[in-house]
Amino acid sequence: MSASTTQRRAQKSARSQGSMRNYLSHNLREYGMMAALAVIVILFQFLTDGKLLYPDNVAALIQQNAYVLILAIGMVMVIVAGHIDLSVGSVVAFVGGACALMITDYNIPWLLAVVLAVLLGGVIGAWQGFWVAYVGIPAFIVTLAGMLLFRGLAIVIVGTTVAGLPEGFNGISNNSLPNSLGFVGQLDALTLLIGGIAIAGLVVSQFRTRAALIRNDLKVEPFVAFLIKIVVAGGIIGYITYLLAKSSGGTPIVLIIVAVLVLLYSFLMANTVFGRNIYAIGGNLSAAVLSGVNTKKVNFMIFVNMGLLTGLAAVVNTSRAGAAVAAAGQNYELDAIASAFIGGTAVTGGIGKVSGAMIGAFIMGVLNMGLSIMNVDPAWQQTIKGLVLLVAVAFDIVNKRKAKS
Amino acid sequence: MSPETTPILEMRGITKTFPGVKALQDVTISVRRGEVHAICGENGAGKSTLMKVLSGVYPHGSYEGDIVFEGRACSFKNIRDSEERGIVIIHQELALSPYLSIAENIFLGNERVRRGVIDWTETNKQASLLLARVGLAENPDTKIMDIGVGKQQLVEIAKAISKRVKLLILDEPTAALNDDDSAHLLDLIRHLRSQGITCIIISHKLNEIAAIADTTTIIRDGMSVETLDMHGIEPVSEDRIIRGMVGRDLAHRFPEHTPVIGDEVLRIERWTVHHPIDRTRVVVDNAHMTVNSGEIVGIAGLMGAGRTELAMSMFGRSYGTNISGRILLRGKEIRIRSVRDAIENGIAYATEDRKRYGLNLIEDIKRNISSAKLDRISRFGVVDGAQEITRADGYRRDMNIKSESVDVPSGKLSGGNQQKVVLSKWLFAEPEVLILDEPTRGIDVGAKYEIYEIINTLADAGKAVVVISSELPELLGICDRIYAMSQGRITGEIPRAEATQEGLMRYMTMEKSGASR
Repeated sequence: MSASTTQRRAQKSARSQGSMRNYLSHNLREYGMMAALAVIVILFQFLTDGKLLYPDNVAALIQQNAYVLILAIGMVMVIVAGHIDLSVGSVVAFVGGACALMITDYNIPWLLAVVLAVLLGGVIGAWQGFWVAYVGIPAFIVTLAGMLLFRGLAIVIVGTTVAGLPEGFNGISNNSLPNSLGFVGQLDALTLLIGGIAIAGLVVSQFRTRAALIRNDLKVEPFVAFLIKIVVAGGIIGYITYLLAKSSGGTPIVLIIVAVLVLLYSFLMANTVFGRNIYAIGGNLSAAVLSGVNTKKVNFMIFVNMGLLTGLAAVVNTSRAGAAVAAAGQNYELDAIASAFIGGTAVTGGIGKVSGAMIGAFIMGVLNMGLSIMNVDPAWQQTIKGLVLLVAVAFDIVNKRKAKS
Repeated sequence: MSPETTPILEMRGITKTFPGVKALQDVTISVRRGEVHAICGENGAGKSTLMKVLSGVYPHGSYEGDIVFEGRACSFKNIRDSEERGIVIIHQELALSPYLSIAENIFLGNERVRRGVIDWTETNKQASLLLARVGLAENPDTKIMDIGVGKQQLVEIAKAISKRVKLLILDEPTAALNDDDSAHLLDLIRHLRSQGITCIIISHKLNEIAAIADTTTIIRDGMSVETLDMHGIEPVSEDRIIRGMVGRDLAHRFPEHTPVIGDEVLRIERWTVHHPIDRTRVVVDNAHMTVNSGEIVGIAGLMGAGRTELAMSMFGRSYGTNISGRILLRGKEIRIRSVRDAIENGIAYATEDRKRYGLNLIEDIKRNISSAKLDRISRFGVVDGAQEITRADGYRRDMNIKSESVDVPSGKLSGGNQQKVVLSKWLFAEPEVLILDEPTRGIDVGAKYEIYEIINTLADAGKAVVVISSELPELLGICDRIYAMSQGRITGEIPRAEATQEGLMRYMTMEKSGASR
């Protein structure tokens, strides 16, 4: 589903009628990271003797990485506006702890506790946003302080571990949608239905966008490229659907959560005034001020939003672990930041897409899982991920330099 | 010392191609030792590219043709190579470090050392000598950020002299300078010439070229079209240079326009603004001003007269503190607390520095155009992308913005086309009052004419237009009425028919009478 927005936006930004080569060279950046992800998947599929794409592994890949995907969405927005958030890992631990305590010590129903946890994240975001937007302290400093502050508070309230969380809560990250429609052969019917809807949505939205462009007499990409794109994207969704339908659970619940967020935030960034203002602030702050953008409010809202998403990530993370741990969320900020940068977000702000960050997060996730299946020492896993981040950003910068000259 | 006849520099048959573009084609230029050699051409004609070839920014092998300096063929691989031979280029954007002192900047990369340790006494002593040579009375300890652009320019020249420069290349040296500083700089160039330093000067200011150059080479569309001897029998006029640059006769530099002036749109009364940091300093002092619909009103003033400050303080208090006075729109007083308020009330301000304050250069044309009034094409906070493209494309065609589509990043456009994007952006905001600050700065002659035409069209559509400009001929050419400012006060109001450059200049230099401070 995320692919459909990626593709649509790729098409929008391209629209250069003409030869395929011309088209591809214009869209190298857009497809470069997708190609890199594909290469990594195929490489590990080969290295792990096909274990990487075992149906249950694919489901686990999504469940294990849901927190990064959620955090990376907020982080792209923060970085595009020219800020950074170093506190998300600590906030995940603190909010996760608070959520668990609400359930175990205060007997708050888990569903309500989840809502309160997300709101608590929003309040923390507002706290940081206040210092950044209204007092004017650089986000690096504010969130560095937040990183220490909320890690400390997490240890204060959690101690070491809060366990004994209800089945329903733990199910958020560990369970799949119920098999309510039965099976088609060995495949889960509900998963197939969802996959079918996703592919149909992709095809319809692509054709509608193209038709609108043609109607307005605007340039469109070559029809062959357009078709290839739809077939490839549809094929990938179809294959993932097939694998998930074959897995023991079907569609993981967090996949639905993440997919909805990706669609929502891609739309928010590309098509709303708020999204435009974020790009405007990151691209040229002074020009944004002189264009009447309320930069303080926008900056504040970016951090509130990051907080809300961090709250959700905390819920997902605590649910996955089945317990709140004071040391949870260690280095999550770095995972989210790395995902955004691998996904093409500009270090200087002003450029970046949610879809890109999702690809970045999946590159990191596939690396993690592939290397784990291969039993590579965690120390080496970290080393490899560090190099991948460096190479990805280097590729981006060299690419841009080429485009300039 | 009169220029000798032997060339110090010859560039022959220089051709430089970028993917898809021939930036320079068979350019030939010969510079005599000890002369001031001007290079003229429209923006994008290839002047800067030629200088980058000469200084080694584009290394030997990346272009075709020969460079002969002091009789020896050159094959520079980088700027260091060319500097070693005594060729120093001073770019439009000064390359000084703001937090370092003048002395440190002069010897940056070329430090005065004794046994590997910086010799501060020697550094400051030599810096003082160099500053004296360029006529800059500043302590070498002063930080660069504490001196104005004009003085920074002199520091750059001092730095060049410290490198034993033989050929000094100045790229638009006076673009950011006021008249006093420009005059001083030109004197300095004459002085350097008398000491045997050869200068190449690239400038858009043709009056300066006419005043200082010994020879002028004109470049058009990447080719050297002609070389003019400025001391020949026939004096070379500005119009003569323009004709060479644009390849056509520009009998009229300004389009004909008959104004249709209507009712008063904007009136400001007793407008006073204080400096944002030094709150006791009055930057705009009790200003009164009116602008009518269909009228183009100019504001003349020297650098620091308070023109931009007046405009920006009106535009949602984006400049200044402790602002007092009234703004009336069509006779009704309006309260403007933010830029948003100003835009909502129909006031638009196009900045003098479009790259820093006017455009998001990494964003495409259409999104820049829509940025000041997104709500016009959005519902419930959702932007109608199709409408945005159609509208922007309309402006692209109307304004003749030269680009493949509205998806091109605005940073890739030339200065003139960027300015058209800025104008489109503010037109899209549907203002009643349009304040244009230096609308043709850094724009070539042909594009200037187009901008003037656009301004006239706006006035004819009933807008009240205010034009702030440092170029007096421009104000005289397009404005119906001109206010002159000096030291924060409006010192004169002159209708077009009575305005002359000399008259304006008198008002612009009018001193404050002691009491009014």
